[in-house]
Amino acid sequence: MTQTPPQRPRTQPLRVLAAMSGGVDSAVAAARAAEAGHDVTGVHLALSANPQSFRTGARGCCTIEDSRDARRAADVIGIPFYVWDLAERFREDVVDDFVAEYEAGRTPNPCLRCNEKIKFAALLDKALALGFDAVCTGHYATVVLNEDGTRELHRASDMAKDQSYVLGVLDEKQLAHAMFPLGDTLTTKDEIRAEAERRGLAVAKKPDSHDICFIADGDTQGFLASRLGKAEGDIVDEAGTKVGTHEGAYGFTIGQRKGLRIGHPAADGKPRYVLDISPVNNTVTVGPVEALDVTGLTAIKPRWCGTAPEGEGRYTAQLRAHGGETEVTASLADGELTVAFAEPVRGVAPGQAIVLYDGTRVVGSATIATTTRRTAEQGATA
Amino acid sequence: MAYLDHAATTPMLPEAIEAMTAHLAVTGNASSLHAAGRRARRTVEEGRETLAAALGARPSEVVLTSGGTEADNLAVKGLYWARRDADPRRTRVLASPVEHHAVLDAVDWLATHEGATVEYLPVDRHGRVHPDALREAIARDPDSVALATVMWANNEIGTIMPVRELADVAAEFGVPLHADAVQAVGQVPVDFAASGLAAMTVSGHKIGGPYGIGALILGREHTPVPVLHGGGQERHVRSGTLDVPAVAAFAVAARLAAERREEFAREVGALRDELVAAVRAVAPDAILGGDPVERLPANAHFTFPGCEGDSLLLLLDAAGIACSTGSACTAGIAQPSHVLLATGTDPDLARGTLRFSLGHTSTKEDVAAVAGAIGPAVERARTAGLT
Repeated sequence: MTQTPPQRPRTQPLRVLAAMSGGVDSAVAAARAAEAGHDVTGVHLALSANPQSFRTGARGCCTIEDSRDARRAADVIGIPFYVWDLAERFREDVVDDFVAEYEAGRTPNPCLRCNEKIKFAALLDKALALGFDAVCTGHYATVVLNEDGTRELHRASDMAKDQSYVLGVLDEKQLAHAMFPLGDTLTTKDEIRAEAERRGLAVAKKPDSHDICFIADGDTQGFLASRLGKAEGDIVDEAGTKVGTHEGAYGFTIGQRKGLRIGHPAADGKPRYVLDISPVNNTVTVGPVEALDVTGLTAIKPRWCGTAPEGEGRYTAQLRAHGGETEVTASLADGELTVAFAEPVRGVAPGQAIVLYDGTRVVGSATIATTTRRTAEQGATA
Repeated sequence: MAYLDHAATTPMLPEAIEAMTAHLAVTGNASSLHAAGRRARRTVEEGRETLAAALGARPSEVVLTSGGTEADNLAVKGLYWARRDADPRRTRVLASPVEHHAVLDAVDWLATHEGATVEYLPVDRHGRVHPDALREAIARDPDSVALATVMWANNEIGTIMPVRELADVAAEFGVPLHADAVQAVGQVPVDFAASGLAAMTVSGHKIGGPYGIGALILGREHTPVPVLHGGGQERHVRSGTLDVPAVAAFAVAARLAAERREEFAREVGALRDELVAAVRAVAPDAILGGDPVERLPANAHFTFPGCEGDSLLLLLDAAGIACSTGSACTAGIAQPSHVLLATGTDPDLARGTLRFSLGHTSTKEDVAAVAGAIGPAVERARTAGLT
């Protein structure tokens, strides 16, 4: 496949709904869209039924303070601004799913889920119904319009800031109504902040948000424990010998080393890592780091950015929001993607998304179902 | 722009602006004894007399506040504390469930922090409290009632309450009745003496006066415990240096509101009727909120089934029409209107509300703008549905 050079979006004015979190990126994105001549309306998504008054640290979002920050930015840009309550949809489609995935022993990425189900579904649908042409966000990614009218999603111009991974779930129809004004930014985050400052946006100095927005204190395990309760079970080694106990298998992530609380060292004295989580018998399997090496995987629920590829193809793949690229061979059969890595990779967990790229172009994404371990001669473990 | 949100705030009258600006350049604390103070005090007292005359009260019954919210808080909390101090059995507060949040939240606070038992009076489907309902609630245990509070006219759906009849019932039992009359002044006859109320809230910026000033019209026999303590101004009930220019302007606005009320009600009422007819012509399933007859002449409230009020607001805003969903906001998040819920409206339906409120600057062009925009807006909002 040939890659067309990135083009600027259409120049005729569009009615744009800018999702404004209260952070600096989405504020600058909305400002740029307005400056480009589009008819921009700001909207802050209220995603929590009981929002906190103030942000604590860099974590969390959707506090009343964030909503006020977004409103203030919209006022400075000079665009209308509204708050839309999508808390119920967010709870059903993102938070409950997040808990259910962990409960099933998988490691979900709620940001992808939010982009797929909330920002470019619930929000986009409502926007289109109300007469808007596009939803604009502060993501760092690029939409390319081909001469034949099709659209492609590409990595941001600056790979260091690229967020195309969390947008890999968008199909072409969603992309047709997506606008990412920060995508072609070659400047650093400091320069985005400087631009915000120059535009008079008070959020210029606001800290970036990290982690999962609906877990305000950053304590994912505590959050899961409060939802799922304690469920004591065994920690076993690769041979099945009990080496410790845990208070809930859902609290572990494949590749995790800390917090295992195994009283005695392994026979070889080497550190142990979580290799496998089995919710059926509530067991966590641990072992040496080498056992984490994955040579391949299968992934389900693929979403293609354009037409689904046929036959076997060579791609680069990204497995985590801030992960590097890895060379893969992938093929699609019966809605299931089979992926082989050129070199083994570590810390791949079912539930994570794999996003396939052709150069800078996002080909599609799928949810990892099973992984193949190099040391597991009998094939897949899940 | 078609500004149809006068119930939120209405443009200041030129006469009020003139009075205010004239006094902004004059120095003087109305509590000072020297010539400058005396001059300021004269302005304040003349303003108080004007306000009293416009509202059917005595000058000494006018307690100036920072606005409607403060007056409501002073009435509800202050009368509760005073009545309970006089007799500790008096902990029951009777309130209509359709009150403005300045009353509702004050009443809730009393329940949470001051041991009050709040009883919400039943309302009919138009949001009206019937005198019999008040009688029943008081008579159940008259000695335990601290106060009752029922607004004069509802800010969302425009229904006018039978204030005189309610006050008669309260008076029978010696219970003080407070009414928030913020929306009523200038639209319906408001005569404090004739009403029989113990206390009544009024506000400046809803009647063409300035922001940041209001008053509690307070019968002389009532001495609420202050919310604001300090220099002892305003009968020791409300301390704080008076805003002389605002008092002067508020007084002018109140005088003009009273003088022009009949003409205003007639003219704006006719415009409102046009607006209602125009909306019904394009959206026949729109439900008119509030009492069809006993309502504020400037208020038109609609429920559009299957629509989100927020969506309609956005679309009309984009079309240059300013109106309101009329419902309460938490961080800008729309909640189903507590007023509609109290009238027994289905919660989903209660999310599809719009309030158009007219005022002294409203024109036929404003109505025409709504007539032109509301059809497509309702169609789009219905497509967007309820999220």
